[in-house]
Parts: sequence; C-alpha cells; structure tokens
Amino acid sequence: MMELNTQRMEDFQGRHKYFIAFVGVAFFLIFIHLWYLQVIKGSEFRRLSENNRIRIRENPADRGMLLDRKGRVLAHNRPSFEVSLVPEDLKVNPEVLTKVGEMLDMDQDKIENRLQSLKRRPPFKPVKIKSDIDWNELALLEFNRVHLPGLIVDVRPRRTYNYGDLASHLIGYLGEVDENELKQSKDVPYRMGSLIGKYGVEYRWEADLKGVDGGRQIEVDALGREIKPLRSVEPFPGNNLILTIDLDLQRVAEEAFQDKSGALIAMDPHNGRVLAMVSKPSFDPNLFARNISPEEWKSLIENPRHPLQNKGIQGQYPPGSVFKIVTAIAGLESGIITPNTQFTCTGTYPYGNRDFRCWKEGGHGTISLHRAIVESCDIYFYQAGLKIGVDLIAQYANEFGLGRTTGIYLPHEKPGIVPSTSWKKRLSGVPWYSGETLSLAVGQGYINTTPLQLLTLISAVANGGKFYLPQVVERVENIYGNVLKEYPPVERGGRVNISENTLHIIQEALMGAVNEPQGTGWVCALKEVKVAGKTGTAQVITMPQNFKKGDMDRMPLKFRDHAWFVAYAPFEDPRISIAVLVEHGGFGAAAAAPIAKKVIEKYLSLQSVSPSKIAGKMVDSKYDD
Amino acid sequence: MIDRRLFTHFDWTLLGIVLLIASIGILNLYSTTLGGEVSGTPLYLKQIFWLLIGLSVMVVIAFTEYRFYSDFAYIVYTVAFFFLLVVMGYGIITSGAQRWIKIGSISFQPSEFVKISLILALAKFFQRPPGREGYSLKDLTLPFLFLLLPMVLILKQPDLGTSIILLLIFFSILIFVKIRWSTLLTIGLGGAAILPISWSFLKEYQKRRIITFFNPELDPLGAGYHLIQSKIAVGAGGIIGKGFMKGTQCKLGFLPEQQTDFIFSALGEEWGLIGSLMIVGLYFMLILWGLRIAVQSKDRFGAILSFGVVAMLFWHIFINIGMVLGMMPVVGIPLPLLSYGGSFLLSTMIGMGLLLNVSMRRYLF
Repeated sequence: MMELNTQRMEDFQGRHKYFIAFVGVAFFLIFIHLWYLQVIKGSEFRRLSENNRIRIRENPADRGMLLDRKGRVLAHNRPSFEVSLVPEDLKVNPEVLTKVGEMLDMDQDKIENRLQSLKRRPPFKPVKIKSDIDWNELALLEFNRVHLPGLIVDVRPRRTYNYGDLASHLIGYLGEVDENELKQSKDVPYRMGSLIGKYGVEYRWEADLKGVDGGRQIEVDALGREIKPLRSVEPFPGNNLILTIDLDLQRVAEEAFQDKSGALIAMDPHNGRVLAMVSKPSFDPNLFARNISPEEWKSLIENPRHPLQNKGIQGQYPPGSVFKIVTAIAGLESGIITPNTQFTCTGTYPYGNRDFRCWKEGGHGTISLHRAIVESCDIYFYQAGLKIGVDLIAQYANEFGLGRTTGIYLPHEKPGIVPSTSWKKRLSGVPWYSGETLSLAVGQGYINTTPLQLLTLISAVANGGKFYLPQVVERVENIYGNVLKEYPPVERGGRVNISENTLHIIQEALMGAVNEPQGTGWVCALKEVKVAGKTGTAQVITMPQNFKKGDMDRMPLKFRDHAWFVAYAPFEDPRISIAVLVEHGGFGAAAAAPIAKKVIEKYLSLQSVSPSKIAGKMVDSKYDD
Repeated sequence: MIDRRLFTHFDWTLLGIVLLIASIGILNLYSTTLGGEVSGTPLYLKQIFWLLIGLSVMVVIAFTEYRFYSDFAYIVYTVAFFFLLVVMGYGIITSGAQRWIKIGSISFQPSEFVKISLILALAKFFQRPPGREGYSLKDLTLPFLFLLLPMVLILKQPDLGTSIILLLIFFSILIFVKIRWSTLLTIGLGGAAILPISWSFLKEYQKRRIITFFNPELDPLGAGYHLIQSKIAVGAGGIIGKGFMKGTQCKLGFLPEQQTDFIFSALGEEWGLIGSLMIVGLYFMLILWGLRIAVQSKDRFGAILSFGVVAMLFWHIFINIGMVLGMMPVVGIPLPLLSYGGSFLLSTMIGMGLLLNVSMRRYLF
C-alpha cells in the first residue's frame, strides 16, 4: 500500500540550481527596495512620518437632486461653511480650542465632547464641530487662521429640502454612516462621517444619489497647517431622481390633512405611478441633514402619533367597509350571491350570543347588493359573508394583493393580515368561529391592510383588474440630463382573476356610493366629473353593546375609529385613484372623503392645463447653464 | 512506529529558524499593537496561544510517517473543500467578505487549509512519474480541477490574495514535476486569453487595487494613501530604526490591517534596514533550506510535498513584502510567522511539520 516511488528523482536535483537562482533574484529585489526606501529616501520619509505630514482632506460629492414629475426641485445641496478641528494637532496647542470656542460662541465642554464622540476615528481625521457658520464667524476664523493650527474651514454641500416636511416620508432622510454600514460596504467608498440615506427614497436610491467623493492628499507642517497639495481627486456629483409625485398635488394633499394624523396616497391607476404620498404627522428632513440633536430625535421617536412612520405603507389598519368590495366580489364570483340577492336589515342582527349591529340604527330594510354597497349596509354583508364563508373571502382578498407587500421600492413596507381558518389554526391553535366571519365580511377583526394595499385594490377595480407595481421614481438622470434609468410601468401577476361582469357591478355600486341619494360617499361628489368611491370605518376597539352613535365624539381620541375613503375618478376614464386614512377620524367617512375630494379636484384641474408641455420646459431650463 | 533514528536525524536547523522568526514575530506584534485601543486579550498573547498549538500540531505531523499522508491526501482535500462550501453557506461576513466559520468562540478560515490540502493532493497525483517528455495537457486535467474548484469558491468570498497564492503554488509544482514545453506554452497562451475574462469577475475594489498598483496616484485617498503611508513607515526606519515600541506610523493606525497584511512596515519602521535585512535573511535561509529538503528527499511524494510547502512560503513572503514596499499590488495576503492570525499560523506550522517530516526521513527509506 505504501509504495515508495523513487523514479526520476534526478529531475528534481537537476532543477535545484534554477530554483535557487530564482529565489536569489527575488530576495535581491527586496533588498534593493529596502535600501532605496530606508537608506536613500530614509531621512525624507522620517521627516514625513513625524506628526504624520501626509494627510487627506475629504471633499464629498454633491448628492443628486430630487425633482418632482415636472422637474421642480424638492431636494438639492447648498454650500455651507463647516468648521472642523484635528484633535491630534490640538495636543500641541491646546489654547486653540479656547480661542475657536470664543470665536464661534460655543461652550468649550461641548466642543471637547464632540471631539471625543467619534470612536475608531482614523488618526488626524478632522472632526466637524460646527456647520453653517455665518460670514462674520468665517471672517474671524480666516483672519486668525495662522494662529489656529488644527483648525479647518471647508465649504461642504449641505442637503436642503426646499419644502421642509413636504412628502418627508417619501423623500426620507440622511444620517452619518454607522459602523455596520461601513463594514458592509467594501466596494462603495464610504468614510467615517459620510452621510448616507437612511429612509425613504434617499435610502433606496442611495447608490444613484451618492456620487463619487473626492479629496486631496496634502503635506502639512509640524503644526498641521497645509504646506503643499500633493494629489487630488475631483468629486463627481450623484445622479438626479425625477420622482413621480406632483408638487402642487402633494401640497394640496398635505394641507387638506390640517393637523390630523393619517395617510394619503394617490396614483395613476393606468401605470402605478404615485402622484402624491402623505403621511401625517410628518417631520422635517432638514433636521437630519444638519445633525439632529438628541432632544429633537427623542421628541420624534417618543411622539405617540409616530411622525417617523410612513403610515401609507407601514401602518396596518382594519379596512372596515372598504373590504365589502372584496366580500361582494367573492360572493358574485363564486355564484353564492347575485346582484339580485336580497337580505333584510333591521338595524341589529343576533348571532350566537351577541347582537351584531348595522351602523344605521333603524336599519336599511330589504335591499339588494347595489344598495347594500351604496349605503354600506353591515347586516347585508354579515348574512352574505356567512353564506360565502371565511376561506372564500380570504381567497379573493389574496387575489387582490392583500396580505402581502405591494413591492413598492420603499423601506419597511408591511404586508398586513388576511385571516383564514388555517391562518387562525396555525397562529393560535384555536378553530375559526363563525361569528368572526361576520366581522371579516365588513372588514373588522383580524384583517389588517395598509393604505397602499387598498389603493392598489381600488386601482385594479378602476382599470379593469390590473395590478401595477406602485412606483415613486420615474427616472434617473445624470447631471448632464442624460437618462440613465427609466422605470416603466410594471404589471404584477397579470390581471385579477375576476369576470368583467363582476367588476362592472362593483364599479357601478362604487359610483352610486358617491353620486346616488343615501350614498355614504356623497361628500366626495364633484360637479364636473363622476367619482366612484367607498367609505370605511376601522374599529380600534370593540364598542360596548349599548354604544350610541353620538358617543364616538366623547371617546378619548386614541379609542376613536379610523376613517377610510378610497376612490377613483373620472368614473368613465379613471386618471387618478386615491386612498385616504384618517387615524381616529371617528365614525363615518366625514373625515377622509373631503380630503380625497380636494386632491381629486386639484389633479383633474391640473391635467386640464396640459402638464406635459410645462414639464418639458421646466426640465430643459434646469440644464441651460 | 517512531524510529529512534528519527531523533538523530531531526532537523534542528529548520526548527531553529522557524522559532527565531516566530519569536521576532511576537515581539513585533507586542510592539505594534500595544497601546492601541484593543479590547480584550492583547493580540500578542493570542498569537502565543496559537503558536503553542501550532508547535504541537507541527510535532505530531512531523512524527507521523509522511507516506501515511499520501493515502489520505484526497480525503484531506475533500474535507477542506467541504469546509469551503460551508463558508459559502454559513460563513460570517467581515469587511464585505465571507471567509470565516465560527465554531463556538473560535473562528477559522478554511481557505488557509485549502492551501495545504492542495499541495497534498498534487503531491499524491504527481508521485507517479510522467513519460520521458514530462506531463501532457491531458495528464493535467485532474490537477487543474484540484486547483480550480477551491479557487472559484475563494474568489467568490472574495479573497483575491489567497486565490493568487493557490495559483502560484500550482504552477510552481507543475514546473517542479516537469511538464512538456508545449504544454507550458498552451497553458501560457490559454491564461493570456482568460485574463481579460477573469478581470470582469473581479470586485470593483479588487480592480481598483490592481489599477492602483500600476498607478497609485489614481487613488490618492484610498489605496494610494495606504501605500504611501506604508512606504513612509518603512523608509522612516532608516538604517537603525526608530527603536522597539517607538514606531509612530503603525501605532497610530495609518495602515489598514497593520497587524496582518502590513506587519512588515511596522517592523521596518522600528528596526530599520538592519532589522529588515535580518528577517529577510532568515526567510531566505528558510526557503533555501526547504528547497534542499525537497531535492534530497528519497521519494517523489516527499519531494513534491516539501517543494509545495516551500513554494507556499516563498510566494507569501515575496508578495507580502513586495506589497508593503510598493513593488507589488496591494493584494491582501499575510506574512508567514509575522502576521497576526490563528488559521494562517496554524497552516504555516502544518507546512513546517511536513517539511521536518520529509527532512528527517531522508536517510530512512
């Protein structure tokens, strides 16, 4: 087994001398280099090594701009003067710290804290102590610069959001890279202290917006003052994003909310482009761009109304009566109910050991499906839901994209919940109770949806059953205006598997809900065009049996119902679809429908003045210089 | 099993050189890393721990008859390859690369052991001698697979340095075992054709490093800066050096991975030309001594095995020092017995064990 192979060993011995020669040459090369560096260049390098004379001054790139669909600037960069100190240089001249503190009117302890706050800072890397200094401070510092070794004043691009908190959740915010992000990014050149997108479009399109940072390698004297530039790299600005939102429409939508909490998303039902995206309360991303203070951060985080959350995609609420659209479709498609199926509503519906009630106290009488949707009769849908069954309803809810994310390219989108018998069994081990089907049929109980999901649902109803991926960026352009990327409409998973006839019945009913007498969405009716829509009320807590309609206004705010309204317009040729949620808006859709109305009105009037021409002009003029 | 004559033939010279270099390595680590803000056990203590483990492994490996390894060569190779696959699936990511497996509190780098296992597999394969003309291209199919399978995985981690080392070990052994001139020519031409293709598979930062090597001025803020700082460190050492624990360049952390890839610049700064030449001289002796062991071996397996280990050592030393001095691309590979790192030290000591093994059996068979 262990044979010893000694054939042709002479080959090895024959080549021995060549290998020795090869190794000899290699080591001689090393010797020559050592000699050159240590003997010939020795004293020069020793001088450069003292107090580290070769340093780097960074020069960050301008971040790409964010523009609305008509080319109006939402976010850009403006020059700002920033003061930094090199802590190592201060060791020799500690008095510099005091002097700079006096000139900038800053507390000395505060500066020192800031200097020590950066852990794992590369040596001799300047630490920013104040940005956006004014001309007087600048003049003072520049005048005394010779006496202030270790001080650096730079012009740096500073992210500026022109409209403050407008569309803040869509736009997002920036922050300094954290250690994790530094670790993950070997091939992207981030350095400690670089700004990076943390949320929203700023986060998702980071790679496009970033640009390539530049900088200079310089030689400094023993006090850390620059004596000569060695090499430099010019920064290259990031690419601009043209968003799908319309500034005017966004503004109207934001204002319509006044001081209410909630979310609004509007999109073009024929391509999925988001026209406006509001989440309230909002925040001002400018705070983040200039280093948010701990107090400001705390107040944002601890605010019970969650200003940092994009409620349109992160908030999950029971859809309430909006869900009746799904229940009705499940019934019609399965043949369990027809448009002529009638049920009687007397105001209460005893089931099990409990009375289920309709929102209308006297009841609706005996009605068919059309009127049940128009007047949003709960008891009609309790009875229809019982006949259809939970799993069939769940099946059609899934068909409409509920229970999973829409895939919008924004961070933290939530999938919501579509309950079914197997879902409940898996989750709690307890079987489904048929009483729970009653709740589900009218969109209460376990079911949870995001406003964006209901928007894609109503859009599919509007456009004949197609699902478009909701998109927020139309295209990416470089600074010369060349288009680098375009985002064409993406149809997801084909058309909904629902007959034209069924869709038509639903469309007519939604139109009726806004335009017919007794329609619950009448608030949103417009003179010029027909709007189709559905109201909804999402219960936050289960109301006591003896609860009266007027009691809602006396409830503590956090227990009040959420108000929904979804709609599209014009009815014949839909150009905008919209979903509005007003948190704790209370009973009925009086809170949500008027907001939707203002936005629809604005959008249709904007469209009538031929926006395409304006858009072209605006974009062109941006690059004239 | 252990023959008494083994002790009389034990290669004390080799052991002496290894111990000398390793001791300098630990002193150097002590000097470079102390005073820096390192939390937990100091690196030099960890390195001593690994060195002790490495020495025991070395002794065990040296005293097991090496023909025994020939029987298990392919199995060892397969196991090492399996661990590489595990890294792909479950490895931990540091600095954007997935190279490590964590078992308990100890993490190790399977690619280090792939080097040894490749040498074993090749030695096993080539112990059957070629025809008069040397090996033909067809004969080399299996060895090429031995090389390419792990290399692709290691490139994907991505770890350019270790991949290059595997490649160099492979070709060094090919030349040692004698392949036909025509085969060599074909491989050369084939390689020239593949080069542009493989370029496109490199990560952006790896491309940048290679471009930067040919023109460091292209990246004065990154690699170019590190290179300049490394040269400044070595150069600042001058002839007699700044002295033990007096180097500023490395201590202040201007160099990336100062305790691993750039450890030589720390040595150059503190010990100057005298210290640098001493360590380079020791390496030179080690390589020549290893070559002698290879050609004096009594059988083909032993010769190729020891030559493979010497090739591994040589390329590590030449590329690492070359990189630090600015004569080679900044490809991240460590310096044997000087750089910090448990897996690497262990694989080096395994190699030394194999060398000792072949050396002390040169009179026996």
